[in-house]
Amino acid sequence: MARSRSAELDRKKLFADPILIGTIVVLIAFLTLFILYPLAVLMVDSFITEEGPTLSIFQRVLAMPNFRTAIANTLKVGFLVGVLSTLVGLLFAYVEEYVQLKTKVMDGLFKVVSMLPVVSPPFVLSLSVIMLFGRAGIITRHLLGIPDNNVYGFWGITLVQTLTFFPVCYMMFKGLLKNIDPSLEEAARDMGASRWKVFTSVTFPLILPGLGNAFLVTFIESIADFANPMIIGGSYDTLATSIYLQITGAYDKDGAAAMAVVLLVITLIMFVVQKYVLEARSTATLTGKASRARMLITDNSVRIPLATICLLIAIFVVGMYICVPFGALFKTWGRDFTLTTKWFEQIFTRQQGFKAFQDSFILSLIASPITALLSMIISYLVVKRNFKSKGFIEAVSMLAMAVPGTVLGVGYIRGFSGGLFGSGILQGLYGTGIILVIVFIVRSLPTGTRSGISALRQIDKSIEESAYDMGANSFEVFMTVTLPLIKDSFLSGLVTAFVRSITAISAIILLVTPRYLLITVRINELAEKGAYGSACAFATILIIITYGAVLLMNFFIKRFGTSRAFVEEED
Amino acid sequence: MATEQKGVRLEHVSKIYQDPKTKKDFYAVHDANVNIEPGSFVTLLGPSGCGKTTILRMIAGFESPDEGEIYLGDEPINELTPNKRDTAMVFQSYALLPHYNIFDNVAYGLKLRNMDKEIIREKVIRILGLVGLEGMEARMTNQLSGGQQQRVALARALVIEPGVLLFDEPLSNLDAKLRVDMRNEIRRIQQEAGITAIYVTHDQSEAMAMSDEIIIMKKGLVAQIGDPHTVYYKPADEFVADFIGESNFLRGNLTAKDGASGVVTVEGNSIEVSSVDDDVSVGDTCSLVLRPEAAVLADEGVLPAKVILSRFMGHYQNYHVMVGDTLIKITDFNPKNHKIYDVGDDAFVAFTKDDVHILPTTGEKTA
Repeated sequence: MARSRSAELDRKKLFADPILIGTIVVLIAFLTLFILYPLAVLMVDSFITEEGPTLSIFQRVLAMPNFRTAIANTLKVGFLVGVLSTLVGLLFAYVEEYVQLKTKVMDGLFKVVSMLPVVSPPFVLSLSVIMLFGRAGIITRHLLGIPDNNVYGFWGITLVQTLTFFPVCYMMFKGLLKNIDPSLEEAARDMGASRWKVFTSVTFPLILPGLGNAFLVTFIESIADFANPMIIGGSYDTLATSIYLQITGAYDKDGAAAMAVVLLVITLIMFVVQKYVLEARSTATLTGKASRARMLITDNSVRIPLATICLLIAIFVVGMYICVPFGALFKTWGRDFTLTTKWFEQIFTRQQGFKAFQDSFILSLIASPITALLSMIISYLVVKRNFKSKGFIEAVSMLAMAVPGTVLGVGYIRGFSGGLFGSGILQGLYGTGIILVIVFIVRSLPTGTRSGISALRQIDKSIEESAYDMGANSFEVFMTVTLPLIKDSFLSGLVTAFVRSITAISAIILLVTPRYLLITVRINELAEKGAYGSACAFATILIIITYGAVLLMNFFIKRFGTSRAFVEEED
Repeated sequence: MATEQKGVRLEHVSKIYQDPKTKKDFYAVHDANVNIEPGSFVTLLGPSGCGKTTILRMIAGFESPDEGEIYLGDEPINELTPNKRDTAMVFQSYALLPHYNIFDNVAYGLKLRNMDKEIIREKVIRILGLVGLEGMEARMTNQLSGGQQQRVALARALVIEPGVLLFDEPLSNLDAKLRVDMRNEIRRIQQEAGITAIYVTHDQSEAMAMSDEIIIMKKGLVAQIGDPHTVYYKPADEFVADFIGESNFLRGNLTAKDGASGVVTVEGNSIEVSSVDDDVSVGDTCSLVLRPEAAVLADEGVLPAKVILSRFMGHYQNYHVMVGDTLIKITDFNPKNHKIYDVGDDAFVAFTKDDVHILPTTGEKTA
């Protein structure tokens, strides 16, 4: 017996749907061209010279002491950031899910802490750490009287990255802990275990794979991070910054390609372990939903110390963000604390601020709807349809998640500056706004796809089948049924893509040409020059824009979201 | 109604699936040959995993067969996508579109056909009347009870006037009382609309109550096709006899045969029978199928038995008796004025020759 006949019929049915086939073809072409091809070019570049295949480029690069140090630095920082973020994230999640907090203030603080890193540009915390603890830092110089504290380097990066990434872990653990059936812990309590024993013997083993998962996710984020090491790293190079300097400083494109391959391989290995070993296991341990609410811990000997630690961390984080607008409002940070609007005026009068905002805004505004729609289409195909190249589409769009921006940037330089494979085809793309938009899309696609997939999995397959059965073709099904049902996910994908695009820097900084001024690139330049007043002014406006976008999204979801449509005309 | 009734024909249709654990291919449906008459109500009945839903989904177009051809009317439809097939399905989960109200749900298929607004309105209102939901057009689906959602699903399928209406266990999410009401409703509406209906269920009482014809399936194979009477009184094999209602099986030997009549020897007792399956010849071992309600316990009768269980259930007396080594279940209805036997009593199992059916022994003990 063979299943070939049904496969053939399925194929014929698929081809009877030209829009669907067209979409699949376009998608595959897009993913191949803009994700696989640049990475392939990096491989080719770093292994093949005019004399044929060789390892000499790698040998050369690995022989550079600076690069070897950068690898060690990256791994060291990544490991510590992974551990710290996981622990802090777990603490926050545990306190939120297990401890009776009662106050609205605490709830609000927790919410803010979880949202801030999402809406803020990636290097904001670096700016404020410099302003608080640097040479002219308010805390170090003015409160503690240390005249030249050095925040640049290992501890600076670790602090900033931990504060940036722990909210991700916090959200992950929150989901995990929520799904633990309280009766498991109650059973242990009932048999005589102390709270600590319950945590070590029940809760902890249950979330152990999740712990590994969170650790690796932050580890990957840390080693892929470009902006923070750039601003607060000082002479402490990491892989991402080394690659950037190798291109912009040493003009060594082959070397940069080889370095990018090294970084890519490291992140890919971790990504594979994270995605296929830990992620599956961390959800498999937890079966089903909690049957009822958990009895929160009211015991003050547990409550007060845990809540205090969280409160301090949260206040610290919030304080860091508040620092940024003040950085832009003080006349001279650290010396003259008179309030002034001159930095805000200056960015528009002297720093071409208007053009920067316009360019960033327009490019992100173009990229975000395309990203949102693409990711919904990919999710729809992956979850609801069955065809041969589906695995490819899913794998490549997830792969983009594991590719650090710097690596992608180098890949685009190598892949498109001379056209496809140096042939001149598509060369016109390079240096245009289109390629920036494409980078924005590729960088935000995985997040959108992931949220789309999880939203679609919630929808009973037969709802779409019924529409199909009533006579709708794939396009009509997608437009009239699928998209309206995942409106929330689509809207939030739209805003996430916008926020990610307008705050993106790692890949963009390598590809941007003087024709386009981008805010993030401007901030980076200003921060490097030590012009913190202007940098903060830019960052403040950027945060206001992104925060406004999120507010707008929440408003729209509330107003027009799916959940509202369902309760319409209740009573 | 303007519906053109269409028949459905399956010729040597097979569907192969892969077992996700063992990676082995197996037949989910094997060589199904079915001819469904236009306008009839046909049930696909069988335990879960027997392939009945797969057949329905192949007719709808959601699955593609690996062997054979499916015809809708005279048209082969293997290569048509579901939206191009003249079928409409009522899903187990109703699958109503949650972002539309009742009117828009029912109008969905008509709008896809680019019909005139006024005509759509008229058709929707009429069909909602037929299913008893007049005046509910503006409600959202989550404001309806399960039974009402079921009616919307039915209305939505009916309104596009399909050649064939498909039902995938549509009543399994309803409570028992509503299930009985709804099955009568569906049958009434099907007859009023004069539409061909194919109905998947694992509930034999549903199948018996609604169908013109029942297709009984077992492990991917069609075990029997027949009207409710035939499958009940002349089951094709022990599986069918046991799946439809309850059956006792007595092993015996056919000692004489004349057409459908014959003599069977069971535990040394010769029994006259009038319904012998064609496959059984003289000298064969065979199974004597006896329905629990077709037999009574008496002081005289066909087979001597010993009572091992006797229980009063209200509207019947439930007996378990041993005939030799074989357990026989007997339900004695309205036992008020009957003689009641107690555990340990000796008695006879009594029945007439028309009350039993003789099958070839399959060796598979189902009782």
